Amino acid sequence: MTENYLNPTSWVDNYADYLFNYAVARVSDAEIAKDLVQETFLAGLKSAKNFQGAATERTWLIAILKRKVIDYYRKINSKKGKAEVRINYSSQSDSAGDWLEENVADPFSTLENDAIENEELGLAIQECISKLPKKQSAVFVMKTIRGLSTEDICNELGINPSNLWVMVHRARTNLMGCLNENWFKL
Amino acid sequence: MISCEKASTICNKKQYKEATLLEQIKLGFHLLYCKTCAAFSRKNKKLTILCDKANLHNLSDQEKEKMKEKLEHNI
Repeated sequence: MTENYLNPTSWVDNYADYLFNYAVARVSDAEIAKDLVQETFLAGLKSAKNFQGAATERTWLIAILKRKVIDYYRKINSKKGKAEVRINYSSQSDSAGDWLEENVADPFSTLENDAIENEELGLAIQECISKLPKKQSAVFVMKTIRGLSTEDICNELGINPSNLWVMVHRARTNLMGCLNENWFKL
Repeated sequence: MISCEKASTICNKKQYKEATLLEQIKLGFHLLYCKTCAAFSRKNKKLTILCDKANLHNLSDQEKEKMKEKLEHNI
């Protein structure tokens, strides 16, 4: 068994995006998610001496982030005193279809799994991106996720367009291979 | 007639909606007789669909720098 060590200086580079995706899916607000990730790193640093090396760094950080997300919901819930839950079986109570039976979830629907699956997919892609060489991942992220124009990226990185497309090509082929391993085979 | 290299570049551009109409026609013609590029094109399209579906988010470099600073402050 290999020992796992913590290396806080590379946390942001290696895990920030992964954790951020995880948080965004749960709190659906980018600002709050960013704060939670930051808090996670700081908390990780504080309790680094308790890390026993049984899990990988990432698993360990995700576990902390999970607690942070729970804490966040506890906080907003107590602040506004919104613990009250109101159940309204149907939005227009006088319309047809008021019967409970008609509001039962469709047992054949797979819609509710989509959100879960998409989130897992997002994490899988993020993991694959983090395995790419630095330059490729930078170009791919700017182009695909942040949606910047070719011109802007070229200016920022100081490369010419044909260079950029070569980089995009390599990144995409690598990603296809990686996703084939990590996503389609599971 | 275009080379496979050219075809793959056009195919990549197409994923970001940056291929011109003429390029797209050239690519379409190339894909008719080149099985390898056709397979690549299919996979490439699939990757684009996956990325769209996953609704990816990323922190910008400035935000990461800020995080790093704060972290180093506490080490």
